[in-house]
Amino acid sequence: MKTQSRQRFASITGVALAGALALSACGSDNNAATTPVASNGAANAADCPTGTLNGEGSSAQKNAIEEAIRTFQEKCSGATVNYAPTGSGAGIKQFIAGQVDFGGSDSALKTKEKDGKIEADDAAKACGSPAWNLPMVTGPVAFAYNLKGVDKLIMTPDVSAKIFNGVITTWNDPAVAAINPGVTLPAKAIKVFFRSDDSGTTDNFTKWLNAAAPAAWPAEPAKKWTGKGEGKPQNTGVATAVKDTDGGVTYTEWSFAKDNNLGIAQIDNGGGAVELSADSVGKSVATAKQVGTGNDLSLKLDYATKEAGAYPVLLVTYEIVCSKAKDPSKVALTKAFLKHFSSADTQKSLEALGYAPLPDAVQTKVTAAIEALS
Amino acid sequence: MPSITGVSAVDELPGPEGRGPALKDHAAGTGRLGDRLFGGAARGAGVLVISLVTLIAVFLLSQALPALVKNKANFLTSSEWTVGGDSPRFGIANLAWVTISSSVIAMAIAVPVGVCVALFITQYSPAWLSRPAAALIDLLAAVPSIIYGIWGAFVFGPHITGFQNLLNTYLGWLPFFGNDTDGVDSSGTIFFIGIVLSIMVLPIVTALSREVFAQTPITHREGALALGATKWEMIRTAVLPFGKPGVISASMLGLGRALGETVAVLIIVSSLPGGSEWSWSLFNGGETFASKIANNAAEFDSAQKTGAFVAAGLVLFVLTFIVNAIARVVIERRKAFSE
Repeated sequence: MKTQSRQRFASITGVALAGALALSACGSDNNAATTPVASNGAANAADCPTGTLNGEGSSAQKNAIEEAIRTFQEKCSGATVNYAPTGSGAGIKQFIAGQVDFGGSDSALKTKEKDGKIEADDAAKACGSPAWNLPMVTGPVAFAYNLKGVDKLIMTPDVSAKIFNGVITTWNDPAVAAINPGVTLPAKAIKVFFRSDDSGTTDNFTKWLNAAAPAAWPAEPAKKWTGKGEGKPQNTGVATAVKDTDGGVTYTEWSFAKDNNLGIAQIDNGGGAVELSADSVGKSVATAKQVGTGNDLSLKLDYATKEAGAYPVLLVTYEIVCSKAKDPSKVALTKAFLKHFSSADTQKSLEALGYAPLPDAVQTKVTAAIEALS
Repeated sequence: MPSITGVSAVDELPGPEGRGPALKDHAAGTGRLGDRLFGGAARGAGVLVISLVTLIAVFLLSQALPALVKNKANFLTSSEWTVGGDSPRFGIANLAWVTISSSVIAMAIAVPVGVCVALFITQYSPAWLSRPAAALIDLLAAVPSIIYGIWGAFVFGPHITGFQNLLNTYLGWLPFFGNDTDGVDSSGTIFFIGIVLSIMVLPIVTALSREVFAQTPITHREGALALGATKWEMIRTAVLPFGKPGVISASMLGLGRALGETVAVLIIVSSLPGGSEWSWSLFNGGETFASKIANNAAEFDSAQKTGAFVAAGLVLFVLTFIVNAIARVVIERRKAFSE
């Protein structure tokens, strides 16, 4: 009896071990694109302070900031940067509570009262100096679809709004056909998938619908979905649902649409169809108006822009920092990391992950603001 | 005997000379150090668990109350869910419906099948098979729920839609199998998650039922056979009545897992857009208490929002409590009859 149970134990251990090995073998990290960023072997001490920096917030910039952290720590072995992608709301909350050195958010700190609080004032109080919103990552939102035999699709805000509102329910609807001359559209039902969790992607996508097609999408833009369809959690949820559904359509971050080989519609805001690319997104960011004063670089995107070649559906994530750090020992590290993050090399490397680099004009301003941190 | 039957052996067997069960016999303590240490540790553990549960309840209540007071909709009957702003409106009707209906489906499948599997292992299968089969089933219980979720969503899911359509076509006159109002066409339905949950619950029901069936006194079984019962009649008259409290306890443990299951539900079930029409159809989507909370945990940025979700959690807590209480009552009554 005793030997028997020992044998059984041994065989179970064996199975567990084999399983663990198999799992670890699969665990390749596909997030870390191996883009060698100019690693300055001769990085001097000013570029590479030592210490630990903690950030928390938006999950929309998760892959981007992780890539930036990876390359930064490669360059500066004495520095540690941690980022917890817990969501923009949590990031702002932790930043105001003084728990983290910087917050990540897909919308700038609000200057208007909401739920009895004014975020910008609370943050300034917590910092003892104004908090600055520094745009760092631009993430385009793709109109992603899965339709056999249709490789090229053009979408206007009006038709998109009607699709996501449940007004247009089949792909060969005259309204879809009218803006896609020469494309044979199948008589399939349109199956809409939306983000079931509150998300900045939903917020920005509905901001576009509401700004560019207010008649078809009268609902106030919000993080919570207000249209029709089936809800799936996170970008992964909606993207895989569309992948598995012929006739499916969703809005998702660019990288998820690319990774799942979904069709990405060109967007026609009225100035001609624009393909989603790093250039067309950059053009859109460049036309954004700065609403923050001085070095507070919060941007107001023009979702209804009719500028030719500008892709209008995107979100910008900000790093939120105290203009005068509460902990002076961290100033050098904060500056070094943000400078690295906003540098042209790092920004360029983010393209492979589905983000668009900051346009030069914005990047110059961000660099100036980082220099002014104290 | 394991206490999973809900009726521990010591409760049933009178101690020597008709005194109470041995454990309650304080006179047995000798006052030695080891006795006192062990007694103290056991008491401490008991107090710890009770105070933990009480504190969790207090925490849930204190977090939920402020939000509940501000709530403008009926918390129990509304299916709105707007938790931000000055006049929040939220209610749990839909969450409760999805949670309970999916769990009921799971139990309706898992309990009969689980009992049959347990009977097979203990009564029918040859000895060389019963041991590995039991081990395999225990292994199934150890699979984390996310694995079931992913498997359900990507492997099993695509095959279920045909069956759902079949039920819908032929049994569509039943409201449960009727058409849903908002058109969840994929496998992300309450019906489907019920099936996946049943697979998750099955090993729990089976493992515990197996244990109790195996404890059936040999005298009962031989007595039944001696009276001319066939094998099935022996099982029906001796094994099942003896194991019934255990099966109920096992089902309650399983039901607890089904009610509280989070990740698999989150991955599989399509949620509905706000303001959807109420539907009794099981081919509709929705969210359970647990999946709703998990899905929105990242956005708990104000006390009011958090409070609303905690209030939903509180309902789940109370629901589980009620279910367990009912189970206790049933078991107690069984005990009265079987003695």
